[in-house]
Amino acid sequence: MAFTNEQLERYSRHIILKEIGVKGQKKLMAGKVLIIGAGGLGAPAAMYLAAAGVGTIGIADADEVDLSNLQRQIIHATADVGKAKVKSAKETMEALNPDVTVNTYRTFVDSSNILDLIKDYDFIIDGTDNFPAKFLINDACVMAGKPFSHAGIIRFKGQLMTYVPRQGPCYRCVFKEPPPKDAVPTCKQAGVVGAMGGVIGSLQAMEAVKYLTGAGELLTGHLLTFDALKMEWHKIKLPANTHGCAVCGDHPTITSLIDYEQTECDGAL
Amino acid sequence: MDITVAGVKKTVSDGLTVAQLIVDEKVETPEYVTVTVNDEFVESGTFDVTVLKDGDNVEFLYFMGGGR
Ligand SMILES: [Zn+2]
Repeated sequence: MAFTNEQLERYSRHIILKEIGVKGQKKLMAGKVLIIGAGGLGAPAAMYLAAAGVGTIGIADADEVDLSNLQRQIIHATADVGKAKVKSAKETMEALNPDVTVNTYRTFVDSSNILDLIKDYDFIIDGTDNFPAKFLINDACVMAGKPFSHAGIIRFKGQLMTYVPRQGPCYRCVFKEPPPKDAVPTCKQAGVVGAMGGVIGSLQAMEAVKYLTGAGELLTGHLLTFDALKMEWHKIKLPANTHGCAVCGDHPTITSLIDYEQTECDGAL
Repeated sequence: MDITVAGVKKTVSDGLTVAQLIVDEKVETPEYVTVTVNDEFVESGTFDVTVLKDGDNVEFLYFMGGGR
């Protein structure tokens, strides 16, 4: 595959990087990334991946755009209120970069569809807002051997970690099971600064770009946390021992996917 | 003795348990926090019997559920 003159110009800032170059840009253009949730995290991730020329980007979300989304979900505009989020996202991404193929899945992910959704993708981004979905994505990616970026944001805080099969702990190694409903606040109940989605969602896109191109070291084996009020980052080394994990350990007790009770925030989140 | 908590060095009294440290540090939603000491998980049922030693490195890992 040879670049057109337009592509050489569009991707010139990537191509000039020794860690990406022509070879890395071709890997991005051949790459397939699935973003689950077209919201606070998924919006910036989808836009940076589209701008980067990632060849195929899937986006899964069942909701419509709500006015209260626009404070942080910058892939959607005021005129998109009421439109399916996946349609609004696809229009923004295609306007940004017509090179990119955007596949839309207007659905909630659950145990019946997630393995089918992720199977054709190289890397998955968890942009969901609730623990049942986060555990489902983790377990499905572990079972299917897919790398993914986990993240969460609330108030002035955010955190993320990257899972790559056999290269460190999964989300369930760290957090064994979802907390009971309403035990831990979500961002609808607690609020979140819009720019936090930009900070953490952009880092999820960064991990996808690094995974596809092979540049640098991924955030495997670590949880990176950010506190915007203190302007402090903290990179926590996670235990390397994953033998006892219920899903990725030596003798897994979770061998089929679980639909935990949905306590997710509604479309207004 | 001196320990490190979430990257910050602190002087604490000898014999301090993980459970008491959780109280002292005013950890939010303490029943759902994951704790590591020297990069190993501490089982959640053992916080009150896990005694910290000089030089230990303690981390608290919190659920963070938002994203959309
Ligand atoms: Zn695990």
